[in-house]
Amino acid sequence: MAVKMDPIHQFELKPLVSFGHVGHQEIAFTQSALYMFVAVGLIALLTIWATGRRAVVPGRMQSLAEVFYEFIASTVHQSAGHGSERFVPLVFSLFMFVLLLNLFGMIPYAFAVTSHIIVTFMLALVVILTVVIYGFMAHGTHFLGLFVPPGVPGWLKPLIVVIEVVSFISRPISLSVRLFANMLAGHIALKIFAGFVPALLAAGVWGILSPLPLVLSVAVTALEMLVAVLQAYVFATLTSIYLSDALHPGH
Amino acid sequence: MAQPHPPAAPHEGLIHEPATEHGGGFPPFESSTFAAQVLWLALAFGLLYYLMAKVALPQIAGILHDRQGRLAGDLDEASRMKSEADAARDSYERSLKEAQDKAKGIAQATRAQLAAEADTRRKTLEGELAAKIGESETLIRSRTATAMGSVREVAADAATAIVERLTGQAPDRAAVETAYDRTQTAH
Repeated sequence: MAVKMDPIHQFELKPLVSFGHVGHQEIAFTQSALYMFVAVGLIALLTIWATGRRAVVPGRMQSLAEVFYEFIASTVHQSAGHGSERFVPLVFSLFMFVLLLNLFGMIPYAFAVTSHIIVTFMLALVVILTVVIYGFMAHGTHFLGLFVPPGVPGWLKPLIVVIEVVSFISRPISLSVRLFANMLAGHIALKIFAGFVPALLAAGVWGILSPLPLVLSVAVTALEMLVAVLQAYVFATLTSIYLSDALHPGH
Repeated sequence: MAQPHPPAAPHEGLIHEPATEHGGGFPPFESSTFAAQVLWLALAFGLLYYLMAKVALPQIAGILHDRQGRLAGDLDEASRMKSEADAARDSYERSLKEAQDKAKGIAQATRAQLAAEADTRRKTLEGELAAKIGESETLIRSRTATAMGSVREVAADAATAIVERLTGQAPDRAAVETAYDRTQTAH
């Protein structure tokens, strides 16, 4: 029981198949990778198989897929505006991927892929690289105008440019750390509250208090459910806002 | 954060020992797992992006587009049918009005024609009647004249006979007639 009570234990990667080491790195197919592919499979099932009949009057699963699509399409359109249609697949993939991995983490004994900084950082990097590459491809050096907001007095410009550059560079960091920290902290809090229940029960008279952390852990579970969905939405929305810079760097 | 409560502490060393073998101790920061995670993430997310961009989203967008098109088409069809129905009603009303007008016209024309015919017939009839009346009057006048002529003769004869009986002598015919005429004009 003591092993289960360690709140960090749940974040450990368990290699299912190991392909050996490359330098210091172990190349292994872990449960994390399995969760990722299961998520991809489920998303594909929902968006491809469930909509395969192309029904004019949709069934439940097709409705769900349509709702997700319309939700992301409208979010992207509102945040990134004209010409943002090309980025809908990217934002949709990111949203569904993060959403499912977050929700998988809520299943008892399951593993939260998004509680690993490297995963969230890579996803954020995909977003920022898309912004930078598309920005330069579409606008050339004009894209650098992003760092010089219009209407700033000349003497203030160097300072503003430095601030803008720092804020731009901190975007992938804030984007990835926000998701990672939320998932990590939530799961640790959940584990600790849940761990109090058996700990109190094992402590004799203190067992009377054990329903308290039980109720709390139920409440935290509900909160974490909300956080799981909300963080996926925040990730998608911020992605759209950053993509807006790539589309319209002038303003 | 790695210290939840004292009872777990003695066991922590046991759990973290295999982890420290890789260097970090805190799984999310164990850099030895990064390459594998990046690899699988790239494969999984790449696959997901490919499926979404090439298959899933075009399909869903197609469904939504079809539905919108279908709805717009149905609405168009409905409004087209409505305008057709309106046009049909208008033309029906127009033809009804035309028919009514025509019927009214025919009735009026017939009435006028009948009235005219009756008028002419009445006029011819009146003419004929007037002619007959005229004829009859002429006839009556000539008959009266004839009758009156006969009466003069009869009266003259009678007067002659009476005078002849009374006096035994036949009077002069001319004198009798003059006397008769005198009585006639005296009236």
